[in-house]
Amino acid sequence: MILEGRQLTIGYQDRVVGAGLNVKLENGEVLALLGPNGGGKTTLLKTLLGLLSPKAGEVRLDGAALASRTVRERARLIAYVPQTHIATFAFSVEAVVLMGRTAHGDLFARPTSQDRRVAATMLDRLGIAQLAQRPYTMISGGERQLVLLARALAQEPQFIVLDEPTANLDFGNQGKVMREIRALASSGLGVLFTTHDPNHALRAADRAYLLRDGERLAEGPVKQILTRERLEALYGASVQMITDAAGTAFIPG
Amino acid sequence: MSKPRSAVPGFAIAIAVLIAGLLLALTVGRYPVGLGELMSVLYAKVTGHVADVSPAVESVILQVRGPRVMAAMLVGAALAVAGTAFQGLFRNPLVSPDILGASSGAALGAVLGIYLSLGVFAIQTIAFLGGLIAVGVVYVIGASVRSRDPILVLVLTGVVVGSLFGAGVGLVKYLADPYNQLPAMTFWLLGSLSATGVRDLLPLFGPVAAGAAVLVALRWRMNVMSLPEEEARALGVATGPLRIAIVAAATLVTSASVATAGIIGWVGLVVPHLARSLVGPDFARLLPAAAILGGGYLLLIDTLARTMAQVEIPLGILTAVIGTPFFIWLLTSVQKNWS
Repeated sequence: MILEGRQLTIGYQDRVVGAGLNVKLENGEVLALLGPNGGGKTTLLKTLLGLLSPKAGEVRLDGAALASRTVRERARLIAYVPQTHIATFAFSVEAVVLMGRTAHGDLFARPTSQDRRVAATMLDRLGIAQLAQRPYTMISGGERQLVLLARALAQEPQFIVLDEPTANLDFGNQGKVMREIRALASSGLGVLFTTHDPNHALRAADRAYLLRDGERLAEGPVKQILTRERLEALYGASVQMITDAAGTAFIPG
Repeated sequence: MSKPRSAVPGFAIAIAVLIAGLLLALTVGRYPVGLGELMSVLYAKVTGHVADVSPAVESVILQVRGPRVMAAMLVGAALAVAGTAFQGLFRNPLVSPDILGASSGAALGAVLGIYLSLGVFAIQTIAFLGGLIAVGVVYVIGASVRSRDPILVLVLTGVVVGSLFGAGVGLVKYLADPYNQLPAMTFWLLGSLSATGVRDLLPLFGPVAAGAAVLVALRWRMNVMSLPEEEARALGVATGPLRIAIVAAATLVTSASVATAGIIGWVGLVVPHLARSLVGPDFARLLPAAAILGGGYLLLIDTLARTMAQVEIPLGILTAVIGTPFFIWLLTSVQKNWS
């Protein structure tokens, strides 16, 4: 299955954020979206999710226009992991993950025992089963990120789109999320994530997509695309590259 | 996995409040009735026997207090259920059924009905239509304003339209006959169940049951709707149509209770919050808990209103006296968790 944006012009009611964008994501592949703040990463993400309509061009999923599918059909194919936020009401972690099953039931449905099994499996898979009955409002930011990931997995989608999945995480949890992203791709999902850290792209992604001022700067396999020169051009700042036997890392200069 | 939190203690408390409210409302008053007399009248009513109490006691319980007790339960439950729905929908525990202009629209309808010297049923119908029109106007304006925060636009529009309808109420009161009509309007605007009779119960029960049934049927979707809009859509919920359905159902419930009992503020704010602290935020538990607790709460308030002074105190005044400090307390603890 392929999620594809063709010649997208993206933006909001009154302003265009980017134009002429082509993006392609296949099952089993990880694509990292990199770029400076305000460059259009989140807008592109929301357009590919169908949360924003493209101003021109088309998002296609499995050979059909995304817009031709219902909201519920989309949710069974693409899951969204937003940046973590403080929830208004203190739902249990289990209830939050069960919300990922919504698209599998009809309008008046309640979670079934099958839904509960799926939710428990996903909590287990991310190693947070012990949190199940804790209020979502009372766990740490890193735990919340994992809960939202478990919720996306509970949708049993073909694609997962993550908005800065490592933004609020400590060093250890960042590694955990990166490993999870790789594991998701190995299990056959297509994964798209945005990040501010090129090292995360190097670590977890197959391909990188560099977006600046709504324009594609470069796209391709991470090892070829992520060079010091390109990153300096992307962020408009100096970048240092450190290489040793284990691999390459970038630090802002 | 550990066991989910049990809702049994929470429901037990809500039901205890309701039973306490019922017993107090039926026994306390200018004509005190003993608990034993109450039981024998109710037992006689259920079994079809003749009660061995004086006819006056039976008439006080069945004809005078009975309908009023039913109305208080229904109105309290209705306002609490509507408040619960609005709080979830607007992702804000500080909103109440008044915010979309439902109450002020219904109020304008009712004072117009009184001004035109219409009958009780006609007044209720106009009040009900007024509520629906106010929310409809709010909704159309809110939907046509382009904004990235449609909820905020809707709430602000509700405040503005509500104040316009409030001005309309003021105008009708100004024009009204100060000896016959104005007292009736003032009395009604402050909220009261004193004039409620058996014939008021069906027009109240019908819309409340219909609206509540819609909300209960949508209970899981309402959980998801309490997430940010884009997240709810990404989880497969068509937020636009669903929001219209929830707003319409909650407005129906609110308007019906305003049409019967006038404007009783704060119940829709205070009770959902108390219910949430009893059974948690899941609407499958929260809606019934809020309904039970709301019924008991308004029964207690109404009993207080008719017994604490020589004259009856309007309900809206009592609920405000309790609700305002509660709201301030809620506001100061707003950053803590809403369990």
